[in-house]
Amino acid sequence: MLELAVKRRQGAFTVEVALAADKGVTALFGPSGSGKTSVINMVAGLYRPDSGRIVVDGRVLFDAEARIDLPPERRRLGYVFQDARLFPHLSVRSNLCFGMNRVPASERTVRFDDVVEVLGIDHLLDRRPARLSGGEKQRVAIGRALLASPRILLMDEPLAALDGQRKAEVLPFIAALSRRFAIPILYVSHSMDEVLRLADTLVLMDDGRAVAVGSVEELLSRPDLRPLTGRTEAGAVITATVAGHDATYGVSRLAFPGGTLTVARVDHAVGIPVRVRVHARDVAIAIDAPQRISVRNVLPCVVSGVAEGPDHLVDVMLACGETTLWSQITAQAQAQLSLTAGMRVQALIKAVTIARGDVADRPDPVSAPSSTP
Amino acid sequence: MFTLTPLEQEALYLSLLVSTWAVAGSLPFGVFFAWLLARREFPGKSLVDGVIHLPLVLPPVVVGYFLLVMLGRRGVVGSVLWDWFGVTVAFTWKGAAIASAVVAFPLMVRAIRLSIETVDRGLEHAARTLGCGPLRTFFSVTLPLVLPGVLTGVILSFARSLSEFGATITFVSNIPGETRTLPIALYALTQVPGGDAAAMRLCVISVAVAFAALLASEVLSRRVQARLRG
Repeated sequence: MLELAVKRRQGAFTVEVALAADKGVTALFGPSGSGKTSVINMVAGLYRPDSGRIVVDGRVLFDAEARIDLPPERRRLGYVFQDARLFPHLSVRSNLCFGMNRVPASERTVRFDDVVEVLGIDHLLDRRPARLSGGEKQRVAIGRALLASPRILLMDEPLAALDGQRKAEVLPFIAALSRRFAIPILYVSHSMDEVLRLADTLVLMDDGRAVAVGSVEELLSRPDLRPLTGRTEAGAVITATVAGHDATYGVSRLAFPGGTLTVARVDHAVGIPVRVRVHARDVAIAIDAPQRISVRNVLPCVVSGVAEGPDHLVDVMLACGETTLWSQITAQAQAQLSLTAGMRVQALIKAVTIARGDVADRPDPVSAPSSTP
Repeated sequence: MFTLTPLEQEALYLSLLVSTWAVAGSLPFGVFFAWLLARREFPGKSLVDGVIHLPLVLPPVVVGYFLLVMLGRRGVVGSVLWDWFGVTVAFTWKGAAIASAVVAFPLMVRAIRLSIETVDRGLEHAARTLGCGPLRTFFSVTLPLVLPGVLTGVILSFARSLSEFGATITFVSNIPGETRTLPIALYALTQVPGGDAAAMRLCVISVAVAFAALLASEVLSRRVQARLRG
């Protein structure tokens, strides 16, 4: 549990953020220079806020009025930096134990063997950091931070320095962390992909401020936040459950409040809650339900809003039961269909447009098994 | 077979004794000032920097004379030490070690400072977030990483101490068995008729000692570098 309200001037730039983060992953999302890293550096104690208060688990780390400012070493946090920052003169094992050895044995909440297993770094323990790949380094850095038994884990774009393949290698480990170890994570990112895969709560940052705080699904479906959440990545995020697989045709069915979505086969077991991203540009609109069509998903919807965007594009907000979908169409299509709020339409979504990467485990820390004894 | 005469043995022994103590005694201060100059901003930093580097540009005789004025038995500090504690370093090998240390200090600080400046501060920040206070961070992260620089500093200042002449002879004079190190013995031999052969022998010894020190530093620094590279 993190409560924070801080203000800090850095030259002409001011960071002023207030937010509360509960269990699970809280993502700070925003463009470069929006103050994301400054915020977690203040939580870590590496930057000093000009004013405000930072509380983790009821423990005051910083309070300008009460003149409390714990140094980083007494804050009991784990910090995973963008550049792994492993100690080059120590073996992987010594790096992992570096923070752990500073914690009295009775206060350790994370077991060495568990971390090594979850991160898959068993075979690297005797190596030096210089002989690890980027992805391996980052996994060790995550393990090192975890083993300090932190009350909160801070991650500053831990995947940004990795190429696509290495990213895919590390991402599942981070996703597993919040479930396996009951430690809240504050995650800085400018990649919407990572946010969708990892975050429970989203904090949208812009120009040093937290513009909006809320669940990922809620914030991504708000049209007023489109400039921040990204237009090209725009789309709806649907909370669904895997309803079944069809081995013959290699498709899976995902049930969501408002209907069922047929998508290309996913790996998740039946009954697993997932988060599905449906890109706005992949959603077509028909006034009448088409017959004999290859498109697998024809969902009856009600138009709940029409917004003209730049580049002769129009964003149409659709209510499909309780679920919100977005469709991006050309101004020309809008001119022919003249969509207005309240109209009944059919949303058409091809199964193949929802790729494996668009379906992710739904972070659900409430039901997460805790490794804490 | 090259055997050392008692005079040569004495001079060599004194040189090594004085230089070893000069380096060992100044090393903690050298590391501290190197860290201070590399990592801290404070008023008067350039002044401290200047004072530390002064012996590098001053004639060693000036340094020796200054030490005499300060630490001599009737010196500003020396008189207090003598009158109150009965201690003096004037005209002893300890005085020679102090003279060597002062003259060699800038070389040591410079080498270590440059090395500290190349250490990524991010690593120190990481250590802090992992529960290490500033002091522990320094000893468990910064110092191991600057070991090659410390080694360079040690060798440079050791070599400078071995060759120290001006400040030593001004401060502690030429006392056989106490302050007559290799360079001073060599100088003394060149001042007496017929001392050429003996002087040449001391030259050879000096070269051999200097060469051995350089070789040792090379081997050590390779080992340290290899350890860092994994």
